[in-house]
Amino acid sequence: MTTTVPAPRPARPTPGPLQETTPTFVGMPKFPKAAKEALANTQQRRNLAHATGVIRAKRARVVGELPHWEDLRLAGSQAKDEMMTHLAAYLEQLETNLVRNGAQVHWARDAAEACQIVVDIAKTKGTDEVVKVKSMATQEIELNEALEAAGIRAWETDLAELIVQLGHDRPSHILVPAIHRNRSEIREIFRREMHLVGRPAPDDLTDEPRRLAEAARLHLREKFLRAKVAVSGANFAIADTGTLVVVESEGNGRMCLTLPETLISVVGIEKVLPTWQDLGTFMQLLPRSSTGERMNPYTSMWTGVHPGDGPQEVHVVLIDNGRSHVLADPLGRQALRCIRCSACLNVCPVYERAGGHAYGSVYPGPIGAVLNPQLRGTASAVDKSLPYASSLCGACFEACPMRIDIPSLLVHLRARVVDESGRKSAEAKAMKGMAWMFGDYRRLEKAQKAAKLGGRLLGGRTIHTMPGPFGPWTSARDVPDLPTHSFRDWWDARGGSGGAGTAGSPPSTTQEQR
Amino acid sequence: MSTAPAAPAASAATGLKVALFAACYNDTMWPGTPIATVKILERLGCRVEFPRKQTCCGQIFTNTGYAAEALPLVRGFVETFAAYDAVVAPTGSCVGAIRHQHHDLAAGAGDAALTRAVDALTPKVYDLSEFLVDVLGVTDVGAYFPHRVTFHPTCHSVRVAGVGDRPQQLLKAVRGLTFIDLPHQEECCGFGGTFSVKNPDVSIAMASDKVRHVRETGAEVLVAGDNMCLMNMGSVLARQRAGIRVMHLAEVLASTEEDPA
Amino acid sequence: MTTTSLPTAGPTGSGRSPEEVRNAAARAAIMSRVKAAVTDVSAPFGARGEAPRVELVSASRAETVELFVENVEDYKATVVRVKPGEEGTAIAEALRRVTSVVVPSGLEPAWTADLPDGIRVASDDHLSNATLDGVASVVTAAAAGVASTGTIVLDHGPDQGRRALSLVPDLHVCVVRASQVVHDVPEAVARLRSAVEPDASAGMPRPLTWISGPSATSDIELDRVEGVHGPRTLHVILIED
Repeated sequence: MTTTVPAPRPARPTPGPLQETTPTFVGMPKFPKAAKEALANTQQRRNLAHATGVIRAKRARVVGELPHWEDLRLAGSQAKDEMMTHLAAYLEQLETNLVRNGAQVHWARDAAEACQIVVDIAKTKGTDEVVKVKSMATQEIELNEALEAAGIRAWETDLAELIVQLGHDRPSHILVPAIHRNRSEIREIFRREMHLVGRPAPDDLTDEPRRLAEAARLHLREKFLRAKVAVSGANFAIADTGTLVVVESEGNGRMCLTLPETLISVVGIEKVLPTWQDLGTFMQLLPRSSTGERMNPYTSMWTGVHPGDGPQEVHVVLIDNGRSHVLADPLGRQALRCIRCSACLNVCPVYERAGGHAYGSVYPGPIGAVLNPQLRGTASAVDKSLPYASSLCGACFEACPMRIDIPSLLVHLRARVVDESGRKSAEAKAMKGMAWMFGDYRRLEKAQKAAKLGGRLLGGRTIHTMPGPFGPWTSARDVPDLPTHSFRDWWDARGGSGGAGTAGSPPSTTQEQR
Repeated sequence: MSTAPAAPAASAATGLKVALFAACYNDTMWPGTPIATVKILERLGCRVEFPRKQTCCGQIFTNTGYAAEALPLVRGFVETFAAYDAVVAPTGSCVGAIRHQHHDLAAGAGDAALTRAVDALTPKVYDLSEFLVDVLGVTDVGAYFPHRVTFHPTCHSVRVAGVGDRPQQLLKAVRGLTFIDLPHQEECCGFGGTFSVKNPDVSIAMASDKVRHVRETGAEVLVAGDNMCLMNMGSVLARQRAGIRVMHLAEVLASTEEDPA
Repeated sequence: MTTTSLPTAGPTGSGRSPEEVRNAAARAAIMSRVKAAVTDVSAPFGARGEAPRVELVSASRAETVELFVENVEDYKATVVRVKPGEEGTAIAEALRRVTSVVVPSGLEPAWTADLPDGIRVASDDHLSNATLDGVASVVTAAAAGVASTGTIVLDHGPDQGRRALSLVPDLHVCVVRASQVVHDVPEAVARLRSAVEPDASAGMPRPLTWISGPSATSDIELDRVEGVHGPRTLHVILIED
């Protein structure tokens, strides 16, 4: 699988229909506008800066403990590439092993089909509620909304997801969905909302995290004990054994995966790992990249139905929902290696300031900026703007345990956006003009002379937009006093193409401001 | 800091024919940087040439989504520089783009001959700091700059070009210079080329935080290896009347007692 | 010869439920898409060979055991080191403050022979979730320990019990033998293969639970709180065998 970089977009057939921008996020403003609003939310900015700072330091410490970290990254990315190269074969293996061990396997081409499958199973069980383990796949397909529409309440049981759900809010981080909320906001949400849907928050609830976690424990326990049906995702689905893996911290996952009679796991087809042995690599990469721990508190693994232990009816819903489309792009497919660890979010300076909501998707941050436009296509305003929501600083690539070259993918997707636009915008015209000018050094020299003239007319005053070819890169900045000489002028003045000539007396170039 | 005498004799390099890639924006807006580069290289005994046909490496087009527009510039770059032993550029960003993007642009266009030419040329292209430390084998380039300096390692120079700590090695060997570490130096300054245009608010928020860290150092001069990033940070510093000047690494390294920057 | 026959699925799929028809169509569509998507890559299935094992190696058993203890304690779990034969005393000590305990059917009987007077001992006789919720503690054995991560693995064999037992009670006393502790994760994964892919003679696969400290959350301002839904206290007794 190639991990190389920006190239003109390859022309390939589209084997599957694109996922459409889902109803929740329809009408999301494009990224710059949403980010501007988010920047004005000083509380959120403080929360984000604190939280991402803490988790960056934790991750750096535990990653630094492993001298073979780069070998692990390579092994992990190669395992995922192997999965993609032979996905059909591994899916078949997975299905065979699941069925042999008593699980029922369902296939869903898109979100609607996946939701219908889950709703139908829940209805068969005669239940009006399900408990849920935090799952990106079920958020992506908007399963809660579908269940609610069918009269089935879906209780989120991860603490952060509970905060988001009770707050009628949206998640803003893959791992810590309520990262935008601070402790006092969370206390208010618990006091205001818990009694409406179950056991109320204690009267003397404070904003201490320990007390808030205790309130969640008490609130959710009755739901765990009585629920008949649980819904989960899976971090890994191991083809050669049929084992599903859920990685978590709080024990809500274990509760959901163990106590109810029926378990439905919604699993993206790219979650397949070729072999059991690969798990040894991923169980080192994921916790350290994600929560910055050597290992997360709890990991549950189940292989079909285990008689006398846990759910005796086990369903696995394998969803495509745009993934096969992503797979068809030789460069873009590396985004499917993602294990949803969120390391890229935590190191991203743009995410840290804009927050997760600005990305208009359940997948925020750098990985969201490359995943959403591929899963959903680039028709909507937000999906068109996402490939540009990055300074291409490269911190995400450095942190990614799967070695996803996110900056190169962003550039690749920018090319797609431009190609699809038909190059009719003012920007496209300007870029074409610049390209023409740079196409021949004599044109560049003419432009430099024009700019120099402009500088003389302005009398060396600071201006706010650079005339000529550099406008696009300087329009948001004060630009320097225009120099009175280009480098070429100086070179000509000292005579010749180089060699032993003395440096002469160059024009003064030091400025306080550039 | 170094008190070593200004006697750099890179005899190994004497006579090495070096092409300067000035970078289009340096050529036009910051001529002082390529001029300083020429001075350093000549001081160290190199024969420097400036191939006149050079224009732009194409990065601005590639990174904005105009790969097709970038392709002729890749071709022009290869034609201009193929004949030289070494190409030296005072910009980690463009060097990174040349290393990381030119091959894929050529290969993506299905141009096998151009791809081969790119692959032959690319290993000979160096950021100034790499050329000084790795090819000429010097860290003390005979510079004198008696100021308190902090250094921002630009993202593309570190993460794409991979210059490592060579710029810091060079700065720390400058006579009279006091080097102060920049807190959170690995964080982007918020420029990002087209990013600063399309996402001005986030970009400025990033630049403001970066400048806050720069001010915390108490340095008089902020140095970096890319002028666009310096422009970004310098713009905020100037608006704050911070009294901190921004300078390209080459200009500090070119500074001597006789010809101070 | 009989004249009646059961309905059979014909070539057109008649006899299958609408759901079966839908599922087969979805499966076929996804399979064909994922095959068509990767026609640019050619590598025969199986060419990859065995997955690599990237792991730390230990200088000695002693180092491995020390690292295990250090890392388990780092999660704010308690570790008590005992000599063989002293487990019963250590377990009794661990249960000093609780009034009830559940024990899996296959737990070594000697381990619970010295329990404090007055403690209610429940054996797992299909206890309901609600009943289990009223039990304060659980004692289990373990299947493996991992030193580099401070992890204990349960394979829910007879001395560990079904998964709910070690989940619902608030105190988990887990007895690990030093000989069960491996140095790094890949070695544990290799050892546990027989649990998820048993020989024909060994019966059904078993579930696995990896436990690294008590339950915890960092969901509120990244402030770590130990103890959410799973046992809030993890008490490890390490037999130095």
